Amino acid sequence: MKKKSSLMTHIAGSPYIIWAVLFIIVPLCMVAYYAFTDKSGNFTFDNMLSIGKYTDTIILSIWLGLLATVISLVVAYPLAMIMAAKGPEKQSRMTMLIMLPMWMNFLLRTYSWMTILEDNGLLTTGLNYIVDCLNTLPNVSLDPVHLINTRGAVVLGMVYNFLPYMILPIYTVMLKADRSLVEAAQDLGGNKLDVFRNVTIPLSVPGIVSGFTMVFVPSVSTFFISQKLGGTGTTLIGDIIETQFQTANNFNLGASLSFVLMILIFICLAVMNKFSDDDGGVVI
Amino acid sequence: MTKKTSFGGKLYTGLVFLFLYAPIAVLILFSFNSGKSTAVFEGFSLHWYEELFRDAATFTAFKNSLIIAVVSSIISTIMGTAAATAIFGYKNKLVKTSVMTVTNIPMMNPEIVTGIAMMLLFVFIGGLFGKTGTLGFATLTIAHVTFELPYVILNVLPKLKQTDAHLSEAAQDLGCTPFQAFYKVVLPAIMPGIISGLMMAFTLSIDDFIISYFVSGTSSQTLPIRIFSMTKRRVTPDMYALSTLIFLAILILLVVSNVISSRGDKKNTKKGGGK
Repeated sequence: MKKKSSLMTHIAGSPYIIWAVLFIIVPLCMVAYYAFTDKSGNFTFDNMLSIGKYTDTIILSIWLGLLATVISLVVAYPLAMIMAAKGPEKQSRMTMLIMLPMWMNFLLRTYSWMTILEDNGLLTTGLNYIVDCLNTLPNVSLDPVHLINTRGAVVLGMVYNFLPYMILPIYTVMLKADRSLVEAAQDLGGNKLDVFRNVTIPLSVPGIVSGFTMVFVPSVSTFFISQKLGGTGTTLIGDIIETQFQTANNFNLGASLSFVLMILIFICLAVMNKFSDDDGGVVI
Repeated sequence: MTKKTSFGGKLYTGLVFLFLYAPIAVLILFSFNSGKSTAVFEGFSLHWYEELFRDAATFTAFKNSLIIAVVSSIISTIMGTAAATAIFGYKNKLVKTSVMTVTNIPMMNPEIVTGIAMMLLFVFIGGLFGKTGTLGFATLTIAHVTFELPYVILNVLPKLKQTDAHLSEAAQDLGCTPFQAFYKVVLPAIMPGIISGLMMAFTLSIDDFIISYFVSGTSSQTLPIRIFSMTKRRVTPDMYALSTLIFLAILILLVVSNVISSRGDKKNTKKGGGK
């Protein structure tokens, strides 16, 4: 009996395994191949060496990505706590409300932010009105607010687009966590801060870790957000990769940048997983 | 058990939702703009909705998106369900973990890397045969199936784990072939996972821009790619009108599915109580 079922298993699994080898593993090998060859297919380190020119871009990408991830975490955590404390009906309604914007095309949502942040856009106009009012006061002279084409706008775009990916995993983990643990800690005399630090946060670490990766990875590698909200001054690694493939036609350089990006992200993921394997308190 | 949310909590929730919905509200507002601008509101009109229905290129792109989403989600659901049962059935630990690791790669990798990796493969293969225009419908579909597969597998696997293994054995003892046992016993049990996997695959496909951007040819524009090419210049409010319509459609779908699933839950709890 067992032998038969295992034959069925192999028949069921083989199409996927073939597919995965052809379209997951081989493409990654292609990235490595293009990264270490020149236009005529000869082995070279030149592409890898020329990445040195982009060190600043890579550092900026990681910095902005980290910033967006940390801000998302700070914004998402209280909301996840509020959600987890609500009744089931309200919970499903709020989950729906958080997921709904993700179904709108992300290009258009980002574009919409661009129009809001523009110099004659809604938010800038509103803020400048306040600035003008303040400037009528004695001894106050503020510059007009300028929002679009700044690094801040790029981080805002990242937080906006990927915030749900931070809220939902943390909320899910909190929901599964045993609430009686929190109560026990309170019964044992822990004050609110102690309970939060020693019970709530450690219990939610798996959610934080998966939220962290789900926000960090797309933030670091984005190119649309930085193009629309960051203007020409905020070029990220994703922008350079996109240019190599779509306009500059330097596949080899693009592949080597992608290769480096992939390695960097796998290192980050490995570090994050190490944290989640540990006791948990280490993260804070 | 449920605590009342404090005023501060409510205010905070409200602010976060304001942040999440502000650009969508702006988008909906400007779809009714009578002027061409997406920043200055001039007056109410349905002009851009009319314009949208006259825009043949957008319509074609939307049709392409739908075709690719339907085809790729069906392929990935069938292959992914088979793969999930196989992963569940593998006795060899090493095979099991290595298949799962490979499955996780497309989800962990940045989309831009997945996109260019597939593009390089297609261009390379095209180069071997001396062809240049390899990118098109076929490559788009292959790429979509590839990034949808992990989501289908991860939706089906937990359902398989919940299913009682003895049921399938019992069916086989009663004379079913292994395939019949799967078809008649296991498949109905894992159906909810398959359906949520299918729906997820479909929405991921419709929404995907980054991967599609690298593997599509000029003849196979999908809606997100068309939107992207418009954002290079100036987006006209007819795109806003389109996304307003999509937003409404999704809202209605979600509300309906929410009502149905909450009814289903009630039924299930009743059934569970009757055991």
